Amino acid sequence: MLNILLIGGWGFQWLGLYQRGLVGRGCPLGNTFEIVQFVAWSAMLVYFFVGSTFRVSLLGLFTAGYAATLALVSLLIPQWDLVRGQKLFGNNPWIEAHAALAVFSYGVFGLLTLTSLMQLLQNWSLKNKRLNGLFWFLPSIVQLEQINYRLVLLGVTLLSISLSVGASWWVRNIESVHLPKLMVTVGVWLAYLIVLLLRWRGRLVSVRFAWVCLILFGLALLSLGPVNANRHGYQPVILTPR
Amino acid sequence: MATHPSILFQLGASHHTAPLAVREKLAIDAARASDLATRLGQITGVREFALVNTCNRVELYGVASTADAFPALHAALGAVTGCTPAELDSAVTLRQNHAAIGHLFAVASGLDSQIVGETEILGQVKQAYDAALAQHWTGPVLNRVFQKTFQAAKHIRTNTGIGAGQISIATVAVDLAGRIFGELAHTKILVVGAGDIGLKTVQAFQSRGATGITVASRTLAKAEEAAALAGGWALSLADLPEAVAGADIIASSTSSPDFILTRELIAAGIKRRPARPLFLIDLSLPRDVDPATAELANVFLYNLDDLAEIAEENLAQREAEVAKCQAILADRTAALWPQVAHSLNAPGTS
Repeated sequence: MLNILLIGGWGFQWLGLYQRGLVGRGCPLGNTFEIVQFVAWSAMLVYFFVGSTFRVSLLGLFTAGYAATLALVSLLIPQWDLVRGQKLFGNNPWIEAHAALAVFSYGVFGLLTLTSLMQLLQNWSLKNKRLNGLFWFLPSIVQLEQINYRLVLLGVTLLSISLSVGASWWVRNIESVHLPKLMVTVGVWLAYLIVLLLRWRGRLVSVRFAWVCLILFGLALLSLGPVNANRHGYQPVILTPR
Repeated sequence: MATHPSILFQLGASHHTAPLAVREKLAIDAARASDLATRLGQITGVREFALVNTCNRVELYGVASTADAFPALHAALGAVTGCTPAELDSAVTLRQNHAAIGHLFAVASGLDSQIVGETEILGQVKQAYDAALAQHWTGPVLNRVFQKTFQAAKHIRTNTGIGAGQISIATVAVDLAGRIFGELAHTKILVVGAGDIGLKTVQAFQSRGATGITVASRTLAKAEEAAALAGGWALSLADLPEAVAGADIIASSTSSPDFILTRELIAAGIKRRPARPLFLIDLSLPRDVDPATAELANVFLYNLDDLAEIAEENLAQREAEVAKCQAILADRTAALWPQVAHSLNAPGTS
């Protein structure tokens, strides 16, 4: 039943984003509202694959809560949707793919944050011998470790491809991207890459890995503001009069 | 001439009604169970019957034309088990019709078991019914009652918390291991000490698919003996540092007055496999595992008190579910009884 509701909600969100895309004639990433909606939509999409592959109990509930929170917050802050950029990607499908992949990787990192949170809860419950209630249904520590490792690998891979595509166009016109956006984007990518390498070498595991993923995603979400505000050649269109 | 309706009955004894000494007599083997069935088949007026025979109960379920058959049933039970009439009078209970159905529902659902909510009893009741069916001892009444019993037991199992949580030390430990590792088939288990409780815990892990068992003991000969029983490898305690690094689960049950698994030993072990958690089960008194190991990341330590506390909590939860289960079974009994009563009144059953 939960999965049917999740698929239904995700389908409606997809429809909304599709309509936005038609209006903007491109990927619906024209303002913070659309980016946050796209992150929530991406997290759900990744969940459908991860949930069906690993059969992780409670992840659907966590993802639904997370996606609904993002969607609600974006709806509650009208400033995020007052204006929308047009021709953001200069009619260049590669730049559009770069942006879509980058935001999609945020969806993956969002899901990683949820599984990290689940790992922290499971670890706390086992360490403190509080095993009943919600804790009873959490996936095993080993299963969460495996999922976390694969999600960070997937997220870093997607972001790397996105940045590679972006970089190949950026070198042709270095002034097309402002320095703050460049620094923040590369900073997020580098941070997740370091986390991946440390996890691979067994230097960052278990609770510490989960905490780092949680904090890092908080910072990555905050970075969406500067990234979105520093668009070069941004031609805003007023959607909602103040 | 007016016809009397037949009677659905349950006659027998269980741990609730009989002391251990009487239950020992009542526990009948296959040969005596066959003898009892033969005697029951010869009692005039007994049209259908099935025998539920477990370590804690001997119960006859059947359909009798009149109440006159009951003394003969009593006598047959006495003849086969060797119980005196006085013992049988104090231990054996007789339930009829509606009450007999309710009792069978409760038995199959695990509500009447010594360990409330255990699942083994349902399989035993199914076996009893299958045996009776194969021998053509059952008829339309018992067939209907037993089929409805299995449905009721399944409903209780699925829709209530009567079977939730493990209630023995060994199975609680296995349950916890499942929450740490998920599948246990590929986990490596190290048993420190060749004691009985350690080996019983290993058996519980093996029942969940664990195969990689190693036994470490102070003397290699003892370890080899225990390892042979558990189907694993043997080590002496001198090899413990290497074994700790390779183990996922360590169950320790030595009689050592000092800690066998110190914080330093465990810390050195997990340093070599940092991404894999380690589950420590301390089954000893005095304790074998330094409590400070619980502070290490990715290490989960449970001692005897912890496991017993979880078992008690789970048992309390099961017992809290009993009233809910009884209400469900009462409804189902009330729904089934009119159909059974109709069958009992039908021509040919009296």
